[in-house]
Amino acid sequence: MKQTNIHPFKGTPAQARKLQAAIQQHKDMPGALLPVLQEAQGIYGYLPIEVQTMVAEGLDISLSEVYGVATFYSQFSLTPKGEHQISVCLGTACYVKGADKVLEELEKQLGIKSGECTQDGLFSLDSCRCVGACGLAPVMMVDDEVYGKMTPEKVSTVLESYRKKGGKKA
Amino acid sequence: MTLEELNKIRLAKRELVAVRKVVQEQGEKLAAKTGYRKQVLVCGGTGCTSSGSKKVLEALHQALKEEKLENEILVVRTGCFGLCALGPIMIVYPEGVFYSQATPEGVKRIVKEHLKEGHVVKDLLYQETVHEDGSIISLNQTNFYKKQLRVALRNCGVIDPEQVEEYIAVDGYQALAKVLTSMSPEDVLEEISKSGLRGRGGGGFPTGKKWSFAKASPGEIKYVCCNADEGDPGAFMDRSILEGDPHCIIEAMTIAGYTIGAHHGFVYIRAEYPVAVQRLEIAIEQARQYGLLGENILGSGFDFDIEIRLGAGAFVCGEETALMTSIEGNRGEPRPRPPYPAVKGLFGKPTVLNNVETYANIPRIILKGSDWFASMGTATSKGTKVFALGGKITNVGLVEVPMGTTLREIVEEIGGGIPGGKKFKAAQTGGPSGGCIPALHADTPIDYDNLIALGSMMGSGGLIILDEDTCMVDIAKFYLEFTVDESCGKCTPCRVGTQRLLRFLEKITAGKGEMEDLDKIQELARHMKTSSLCALGQSAPNPVLSTMNYFKDEYIAHIKDKTCPAKVCNALKQYLIIPAKCKGCTLCAHNCPVGAIHGTVKKPHVIDQEKCIKCGLCLKNCKFGAVYTK
Repeated sequence: MKQTNIHPFKGTPAQARKLQAAIQQHKDMPGALLPVLQEAQGIYGYLPIEVQTMVAEGLDISLSEVYGVATFYSQFSLTPKGEHQISVCLGTACYVKGADKVLEELEKQLGIKSGECTQDGLFSLDSCRCVGACGLAPVMMVDDEVYGKMTPEKVSTVLESYRKKGGKKA
Repeated sequence: MTLEELNKIRLAKRELVAVRKVVQEQGEKLAAKTGYRKQVLVCGGTGCTSSGSKKVLEALHQALKEEKLENEILVVRTGCFGLCALGPIMIVYPEGVFYSQATPEGVKRIVKEHLKEGHVVKDLLYQETVHEDGSIISLNQTNFYKKQLRVALRNCGVIDPEQVEEYIAVDGYQALAKVLTSMSPEDVLEEISKSGLRGRGGGGFPTGKKWSFAKASPGEIKYVCCNADEGDPGAFMDRSILEGDPHCIIEAMTIAGYTIGAHHGFVYIRAEYPVAVQRLEIAIEQARQYGLLGENILGSGFDFDIEIRLGAGAFVCGEETALMTSIEGNRGEPRPRPPYPAVKGLFGKPTVLNNVETYANIPRIILKGSDWFASMGTATSKGTKVFALGGKITNVGLVEVPMGTTLREIVEEIGGGIPGGKKFKAAQTGGPSGGCIPALHADTPIDYDNLIALGSMMGSGGLIILDEDTCMVDIAKFYLEFTVDESCGKCTPCRVGTQRLLRFLEKITAGKGEMEDLDKIQELARHMKTSSLCALGQSAPNPVLSTMNYFKDEYIAHIKDKTCPAKVCNALKQYLIIPAKCKGCTLCAHNCPVGAIHGTVKKPHVIDQEKCIKCGLCLKNCKFGAVYTK
């Protein structure tokens, strides 16, 4: 939770309204918590304690239950992600074709470890287990774009193309 | 919708889709009746989309417009053809010619030269389909497809998954119609049981038995669930079926509902499969519009509807009880069995849970009969199995073969062998719960029981080929890292056991292993197998045990000789300089980050093994090929 201090919660009233609408939509169906958290993550990009509190109050369940679920699934993040989210597939097919070397190179060039976000907030780096594009192994994703047949040598070109674009907000 | 209306659509659309199954003269005759001179099929699966099939499709539509061919040529975006490494894939019927790695520029040429002027663009075809004498063979005659038998994948790469009418054209929803109009739930049960179908998700439990337990369980409310949480890294069979033929899952789940007396279904699918989720949503919506889902299906009075629930990235949710706990909105932790889901499952009600591929077989069994299905495969494993072939193999992709096909046939004939002239070492099946089959057992017919006898398991169908450059200890470590990450933490044998196993492997790959560690691993593995709560923990030691069983010499080499025979484990690598080749240019010494290389100018240098951190910079920088690894 250290990083939430570095990035204070900046939720807007519009986001809160969206979340309330999502809570109302799912409130009465059995097993609502997971879909609501998925919507919340979509609205805010992550699930800070403030958002978890809103979900708990909205669904009338305890915060500890929300926190338990939010920390169980790898899709949910309690810390903000970068403007561009890089994810290196470490599924078996990619691993035997050297995906670990690609991840290493990314860590080196970005100066962060997997699971972290760069100082300028432009990139966050994660690994994932199989995006199902095994024919193109090794594979990495930047946001929704898939980069297949990766090598450590190609890393700088890909990063540079996003640095040129800048952040999504820019 | 009534049965008559269903048949009307089927007959109206039948030829349009049938063109895509026959070639040459027969195809041309058929094509003439459809209103389209030619059909171009473009793969819209995840593999091809990732390699740019969207841009290819756009270019295709654009070029057809420019050449004014839109009304003569039909473009169909299908699901996966299977040959993912060659994507984006394009097939033109009635010729049945196969363009691989299509590009927007290539498409322009294909439209002009082939579709307009009638000359196949040979240099853009998949090379294997062009003979030396210039003659062209169709896709079905290539080595990759020849030995395959497509049952579960029958419609993938044939129909447009977003058009329910195309599914109806290939006898879609006919099985459901047959069940609802002329079969009792008992008849369905008998047919499924007689077929010998076993669960394709991993365990191989007989599907008929599972259904009969759920049917026998008393209760007003029951559920049918589909496990589409394909978490095994390196497996993408279920994804491809959902992307290429989503209606067959809807049809099969409805049949299951009718059989056990359920009116509500859930599909639990990975959020990491956005294309599959979207196609399934479209399919469910269309099925509802056509009265094939919802109330009073086909006028039979039977009601059934399906809801999609997204997973959130937890491998353990592939375990049946954990999956249901997750649908209920909780942490996806498994619970002890019994009670089995067939008695007390989702929301505490009797539940049938099957995997995607299992369901994909159901409509076919109903239509063609249990005898037909049971005629394929081996004594105890009937039908076919889809494998996601990956790793060090030429034709990476999706293959479906009869049970009992040997590993050698899959690797050498369908897979096209190992690239780069390397030696086939082993195949890994069953992912983190399975084990490996060494090359010496490559002629064993693959079925549920043979794989278990070899110390592996069928699993969901990931088949990763390993060559001589793969270190078996490292692969075992890779899977353990995975299970450590994914262990839910509820029971101690799995939570602590996987951590301890991983420590042993880390110790061995770091060159600090002792021979007695091997015995300790065996003992720990035995405890984990017998006392873990669910299959994740029970099977977590398999990758270690199976590699230890078949490649013990590699473990011993790591421990006793402190070497990694495949030269993978960094800590055991030695970087050395060949004095005869070293010119003493000092480049390596300058670049070494830890100052481990000594020597004077123009004299051979030496690497201090104590200081060396095995970063490999010297090897990368040497211009004379004087640095090598041992």
